[in-house]
Amino acid sequence: MSISVHNIGKRFGAFTALDNISLDFPQGELVALLGPSGCGKTTLLRVIAGLERPDEGKVLFDGEDASRRDVRQRQVGFVFQHYALFRHMTVFENVAFGLRVKKRHERPSNAEIERKVHELLNLVQLDWLADRYPSQLSGGQRQRIALARALAVEPKVLLLDEPFGALDAKVRKELRRWLRRLHDELHITSIFVTHDQEEALEVADRVVVMNKGHIEQIGTPNEVYSKPATQFVYGFLGSANIFHGRIQEDGLAIGDHTLPLDAHTLESEVDGDAVAYARPHDLEIIRHDPANPDQEEGGIPSKVQRILAIGTLIRVELENPANPLVPIEAELTRGQFDELKLEEGESVIVRTKNVRIFPKIDYLANRVSV
Amino acid sequence: MAGSTTMATTSTLSLHQAPGAKGGSSATTEPAFVCWLLIGSALAFLTLFLFVPLVAVFVEALRKGFGPFFAALVEPDAVSAIKLTLITAAIAVPLNLVFGVSAAWAIAKFQFRGKQFLITLIDLPFSVSPVIAGLIYVLIFGANGWFGTYLQDNDIKIIFAVPGIVLATIFVTFPFVARELIPLMEAQGSEEEEAARVLGANGFQIFWKVTLPNIKWGLIYGVILCNARAMGEFGAVSVVSGHIRGLTNTLPLHVEILYNEYNFSAAFATASLLALLALVTLGLKSIVEWRSAKLIDADAPTENIQK
Repeated sequence: MSISVHNIGKRFGAFTALDNISLDFPQGELVALLGPSGCGKTTLLRVIAGLERPDEGKVLFDGEDASRRDVRQRQVGFVFQHYALFRHMTVFENVAFGLRVKKRHERPSNAEIERKVHELLNLVQLDWLADRYPSQLSGGQRQRIALARALAVEPKVLLLDEPFGALDAKVRKELRRWLRRLHDELHITSIFVTHDQEEALEVADRVVVMNKGHIEQIGTPNEVYSKPATQFVYGFLGSANIFHGRIQEDGLAIGDHTLPLDAHTLESEVDGDAVAYARPHDLEIIRHDPANPDQEEGGIPSKVQRILAIGTLIRVELENPANPLVPIEAELTRGQFDELKLEEGESVIVRTKNVRIFPKIDYLANRVSV
Repeated sequence: MAGSTTMATTSTLSLHQAPGAKGGSSATTEPAFVCWLLIGSALAFLTLFLFVPLVAVFVEALRKGFGPFFAALVEPDAVSAIKLTLITAAIAVPLNLVFGVSAAWAIAKFQFRGKQFLITLIDLPFSVSPVIAGLIYVLIFGANGWFGTYLQDNDIKIIFAVPGIVLATIFVTFPFVARELIPLMEAQGSEEEEAARVLGANGFQIFWKVTLPNIKWGLIYGVILCNARAMGEFGAVSVVSGHIRGLTNTLPLHVEILYNEYNFSAAFATASLLALLALVTLGLKSIVEWRSAKLIDADAPTENIQK
């Protein structure tokens, strides 16, 4: 089933949770709603499920207006952040619940219910836990049971609210992969809410980045990461170095230095005060070489402050001439690092391979004022 | 079966408490004489003010032997007092059960205007003296009260009759069930109800299959307390009953009358019945507490069971 929402607005008192949101969720896709807490992503999910009534706007299921449809008629499967398993029922009864509460003429026979529940428990690979109570399960197991329970009523849409939020890192990673495989098997339209960018980028077909009740960007994981549409997306997805400066003819003036910008970037509408974003892996560190002064052009002279070896990546923190409090971060592969043989305290030159320029305004100012 | 469960629970509880109770570090331990002084005075206090009176009731009741004791209990006025007490509780407790559950449900699971006012109103019987509660009903339904003339004209008796006693008891026991359930239901939140709704359950199914099982022990606890108070209430009932022997006397009122007539052994015999009821109530209450403690115990996440 495809879902679309049109001009959805929702306020809680003076707080605007959703501000005129319009979105399409095509049939069979796995979409992530990504954003910081309080951005409205969970509210949007609950509006789609029918657990929350929007102040304005429409929810369409397969093109039909479902705004007035009760939760019970929407045929959605909802997985709650804290699982919301029925604590006084066994795992089996939890999964069977949706079938047992059906009206008498729709209700399957007991044998049929039993067959179906075991089939679902096998699907989530937890059939051996059928007689346990939720309190006897680990977080990851509870989450999978919650999923099996949601699937029991054969929903047309699966909605997951921070499905892995309460789990530890390792279980989370396993479950992520497992969810993706499950989705590929079942091909049910799914929407999941997360604040974890890695999760969204790894699992989803498409990512919707939200902030303060509106949508910042919609795109494939690769698009939102490599071509962030707004400063917010740039800052939220992955880490970024931020340079404040002023646009000049040849580049961005940062203090005494000029960050060279290519003609294309300069042609964009940004003018005057601007902010440049550069990913740590888009920075290049070179040494001063008297024989080859050309390559230093456009570089920012700096000093190595700290070197942190994190797995296969080496993170180098460099002195920031514009702001001594926030160091410039560069990421090198181990190979690059071994070649350079950097040492802490050494003077180097930092060059940027890829920067994005945004007008200097709103984002931070807004954040303070709201 | 039930016995073994209780045993298991007790041992778990004592295990849990052991570190706190026994293993106090030397920094928090007082010198021996201070310990003994504190424990001794606490014990003396408890004995004097709680244990001795309880024993005294039974000793006085049986002072003249078992014969007069049972005679006092099967005497017609006593029997009618017992009956009236049971009837009153049988009406007041179920009514307050229904009210308490619906009030707690509304307060814990929904947001609405006037919620704080409702909570305060539910607490009112706790803060008003029972005698005043009785007087309120006399003022409303009594011969000179607001509805007095109307009731007289239609020959409806409320004050100095059973309905008045039931009304006063309901008023006094009003908060017990609701007060017990509100914090419990608030702590449980409404996620499970929402989950049930998404899965297609209707309101009745949600309440019956999800909400009620979750509040079961808290509800039983509230009912036990409510029942104890309903049977033991004196002040409010005293004002509205009129002390008509064999008609409008409940057990506590019967005790008072006997005592005022210097019929001590009968008074204490009847009182021992109430004391016995209190002991049974406490026993039930402890069992319920064990049960719910066990549930809370089981609720603790057990992450390491996996695989």
